[in-house]
Amino acid sequence: MPAVQETVDQVRRIDVDKYKYGFVTDIESDKAAKGLSEETVRFISAKKGEPEWMLQWRLEAFRHWQTMREPKWARVHYPPIDYQDLYYYSAPKKKKSLKSLDELDPEILRTYEKLGIPLREQEILAGVERPDGTRSRVAVDAVFDSVSVATTFQKELKQAGVIFMPISEALREHPDLVRKYLGTVVPATDNFFATLNSAVFSDGSFVYVPPGVRCPMELSTYFRINEKNTGQFERTLIIADKGSYVSYLEGCTAPSRDENQLHAAVVELIAHDDAEIKYSTIQNWYPGDKEGKGGIYNFVTKRGECRGARSKISWTQLETGSAITWKYPSCILRGDDSRGEFYSIAISNGRQQVDSGTKMWHFGKNTTSRIISKGIAAGRSNNTYRGLVTTSRGATGARNFTACDSLLIGDKAGAHTIPYIEAKNSKAVFEHEATTSKISDDILFYCRQRGLSAEEAVALVVNGFVKDVLQQLPMEFAVEAQKLISISLEGSVG
Amino acid sequence: MALLEIKNLHAEVDGKKILNGVDLVVKKGTVHAIMGPNGSGKSTLSYVLAGKPGYTVTEGDVLLDGESILGMEPDERAAKGIFLAFQYPLEIPGVASMTFLRTAVNAQRKRRGEPELSTPEFMKRVRWMAEKLEIEPEMLRRAVNVGFSGGEKKRNEVLQMSMLEPRLAILDETDSGLDIDALRIAADGVNRLRSPECSMIVITHYQRLLDYIVPDVVHVLSKGRVVKTGGKELAHELEARGYAEYQDDAAA
Amino acid sequence: MNVDVKPMKTAAELSLAGVYATAKARLPGGGAVAALRESAFRSFDAQGLPHRRIEEWKYTDLRALMREARTVAAPPDAAAKDRAKVAPCVIGDVECRRIVFINGVFVPELSDLSALEPGLTILSMAEALAKGDVRVTQHLGKVLDNNDAALALNTALMGDGIFIHVAAGAAVDKPLHLSFFGPDTPASVFTRSLVVVEKAGRAMLIESHEGASDADYQVNAAIELVVGDEAHVDHVKLIAEGVKALHVSTLLASIGARARFNDFTFTTGGAVVRNQVFLRFDGADTVAGIRGANLLDGKQHVDTTLVADHHAVGCQSRELFKAVLDGDSHSIFQGKIIVQPGAQKTDARMMTQALLLSDRAESDNKPELEIFADDVQCGHGATAGALDQNLLFYLKARGIPQKEAEALLIQSFVGEAIEGIEHAGLREVLLEAVAAHLAARK
Repeated sequence: MPAVQETVDQVRRIDVDKYKYGFVTDIESDKAAKGLSEETVRFISAKKGEPEWMLQWRLEAFRHWQTMREPKWARVHYPPIDYQDLYYYSAPKKKKSLKSLDELDPEILRTYEKLGIPLREQEILAGVERPDGTRSRVAVDAVFDSVSVATTFQKELKQAGVIFMPISEALREHPDLVRKYLGTVVPATDNFFATLNSAVFSDGSFVYVPPGVRCPMELSTYFRINEKNTGQFERTLIIADKGSYVSYLEGCTAPSRDENQLHAAVVELIAHDDAEIKYSTIQNWYPGDKEGKGGIYNFVTKRGECRGARSKISWTQLETGSAITWKYPSCILRGDDSRGEFYSIAISNGRQQVDSGTKMWHFGKNTTSRIISKGIAAGRSNNTYRGLVTTSRGATGARNFTACDSLLIGDKAGAHTIPYIEAKNSKAVFEHEATTSKISDDILFYCRQRGLSAEEAVALVVNGFVKDVLQQLPMEFAVEAQKLISISLEGSVG
Repeated sequence: MALLEIKNLHAEVDGKKILNGVDLVVKKGTVHAIMGPNGSGKSTLSYVLAGKPGYTVTEGDVLLDGESILGMEPDERAAKGIFLAFQYPLEIPGVASMTFLRTAVNAQRKRRGEPELSTPEFMKRVRWMAEKLEIEPEMLRRAVNVGFSGGEKKRNEVLQMSMLEPRLAILDETDSGLDIDALRIAADGVNRLRSPECSMIVITHYQRLLDYIVPDVVHVLSKGRVVKTGGKELAHELEARGYAEYQDDAAA
Repeated sequence: MNVDVKPMKTAAELSLAGVYATAKARLPGGGAVAALRESAFRSFDAQGLPHRRIEEWKYTDLRALMREARTVAAPPDAAAKDRAKVAPCVIGDVECRRIVFINGVFVPELSDLSALEPGLTILSMAEALAKGDVRVTQHLGKVLDNNDAALALNTALMGDGIFIHVAAGAAVDKPLHLSFFGPDTPASVFTRSLVVVEKAGRAMLIESHEGASDADYQVNAAIELVVGDEAHVDHVKLIAEGVKALHVSTLLASIGARARFNDFTFTTGGAVVRNQVFLRFDGADTVAGIRGANLLDGKQHVDTTLVADHHAVGCQSRELFKAVLDGDSHSIFQGKIIVQPGAQKTDARMMTQALLLSDRAESDNKPELEIFADDVQCGHGATAGALDQNLLFYLKARGIPQKEAEALLIQSFVGEAIEGIEHAGLREVLLEAVAAHLAARK
């Protein structure tokens, strides 16, 4: 039976309105005092044992942030956030520094087991079977609230020359490398949420792939917010040096809580000449209940720069979680002949609000970009695609193709498309198309006449609708993604 | 014994009465043709039998094996063996024909408590059927009906029918939009399914199709009722004389 | 980006306040009209001139583009009337009823108000406002709820314009040509018109804006239009202002059920042009075609902003906008299709296409969809690029010289939009205007 049946089975196993990852891990944690001040910034920096320049960088960001106002242009609505009523640092208490996973709090290990993320390498060795019979492996960096609790396969990656470690560790072990790249794609003053992140980020992943190296396995970071009233501010920095390749995936979940929680991450990608970075996201933060109570505010800034010639950055995202999503993974196409891609599936149900899309800045000659966005709005949700494609005068031969399709399920949801297309060079060619449609009753009847139940029919049609994008996800995650899609849409057919 | 019994069936769409007391009995293994002028209710009858939402039965009953099917969902009826070949087959973007077929075949088998077909066995059957219907394997990898020509869509319907092995196949204007070669290929596919286990209702406006799928019984439907029943020669009469005598006051 | 501070008033804003203060005493209309002006001016004053932080004006920063505000133009003298009288008609010999305005003032002696068709009423707006004509005051400023700052300024300072009323079932065969001539001095004009076509009425409205090439005058023109149930209304606007002119015009239309409405804007003139079209579909099963073409050169900046707001079920709208850009010109298209909750079966399609003939030209497109009903067919497309080199080569291989081949391709590109105009004669006039524009290309 194809995946459709699996997804339907999956849907049936889960009670309506129950988020699978909504449990809380009972663990003692080490927190900074509530609220945000220079003291908080200093506290975080000191906790991490950071070099002085890093502290100064943070403080500058913090001072700038105090002059900024929260952006209001996105199509999302939420009550004002009290930034003084949040914890900015929370880490599981540990007795001493860990020598092996066996010393990690068993509660945390169990948490990741429950989430289906094995942290013991021997358990991962089995891996996922590929169609050709080989088995793939995935290295995981597990970030729990504000800190990384474990990173697997570090040794093996090191042999290949790949650096994959928590950014806090990288700041100690490779300070020059971090300093060279940090904030060069998303400046510390970029926008309200990115600037806040620059001041208080606590952890995240750092990846450096040396020239000519093809990273031997998928890298992934698994983010988990556990603590109450805690903002999560992770920072990810990935550098692919000349001619290298890396595929990276992030997953996110959080407990079901009645209060909204803030997640303001920054991701920076840098691809040098002939390098390629493939960045995939499966975002499944707690979306709130069906009445819109609780859920994560997912306000993140993700940007990649194709710094070198012929480099390529590809963003793929599956957004199913969060009460509010505000994110625009973007590409700065600086190198000649570089390429940016954005593939997105954004599903909203219940009272979720999504305002997501991308920006493609064409600076180099013969740069190309491709945007495929699939928005699915069900329940009483609102789902907005917002995208910018622009050329500089010098971007001769630039090309963009954009296709945004929205699918509405039910008559209480809203689907919106807001593209900005700015052509400033006659030798550039831009094509954009967008459609909005619903799952027609006729198609549902056709499927049911062939014997599919209503749920199976919707799952089938939606999987068909998002197929182009799903294919962009690494094989290891595609199946999980397909399941997630059906689960997110549960209860959407009447 | 009767496979299907339609008793005094009245049905309406959007409050408009279309069927006004249809009576029809289809025995196991027989092929019935339903002919009639445009607007006589032929397609409505097929949709009512398949259970399309929006088609409301106001009076009468439809029995399959002596059991009323009117309370059943479309997929339940499909699993009971009712197959409707659509006049206008729907397009399902992104869903490969092969995936669709396998999902449908196994959904039905599962509901009937039969084991699912193994992949190799399924593939073997599809390939064999597709070859007979002159459907390129490439077409099976493409999304259901997307970018198919009219003829390809109809052949794809016959392929689905062949794979789903219905007990009652309803063919709604399967000939429309087909040239003569395509018509022959489709009809051959349908004829291969003729067996004591499979009954058919062939809905058509023209006699042409019935040269290829020869019916046992021909009915004329007019203003939502069966007004005449006869043998296959009735189709020829209609071809020669037209429907004028069955719709004399239709203009009113 | 994130700081919303209250900016200082610009020189233009300050002088507009002065213009209003001195003009309001002698602007037509007492009581209710004066109150309408006053509240409109307060709205403008609170908002200021639109600027790039205002999303709807993102690409046309009027605060930067309108450094100075002009004083309101004086009524035309005899010389101005003579010049208008002998000026070649912008719509050629298309048979129509001409209604002429110079410096924003209705000129009866150049207008033809004789033998009006049955059911047709035409009245100068200044006169209607002065009299407090209830047929005007019941609609004026109320056709759509719109808070646009440029429109508010128009409402505050509206001088003259026209009131046209087409009675229920009346068919006005002859197109009504509203011919606006701008001042030949650095002055400003604020015209406001109201057109009401009652149930099943028929009318065609042609609006043209011309002006002297050496005067940097400013035009702010607005028309409110009520299209009744089953009415059929065509509106064609030609913006052929002088090369230094700043032109802002607004169409506000409320469209009834089972109506037919076609709108076309053809822009060739003006230094800075902002063409705003706000439509609200209030009745079911209406069919509308909204189209336009910009042929630009030099440093022209032309912004077309369209909102098609579907409130009723079963309406169909087609939007098609084309831009041909030479020199350093800048064309903007912002088009928003809104489908309100319950406006099921809406079928709306929007296409915007730009042809960049120069490396310095710029085309910005923002086609938006805002959909709150699921049973709809909505889509939009946008393309930008140069002429198709393969097609060009094909034509040249058939012996057609480069320039002619380009002209042919451009004509067919623009022609696609012009084809949407129902009036055959006017279609030809515009196709000829395109040909003439292309022939004049260097």
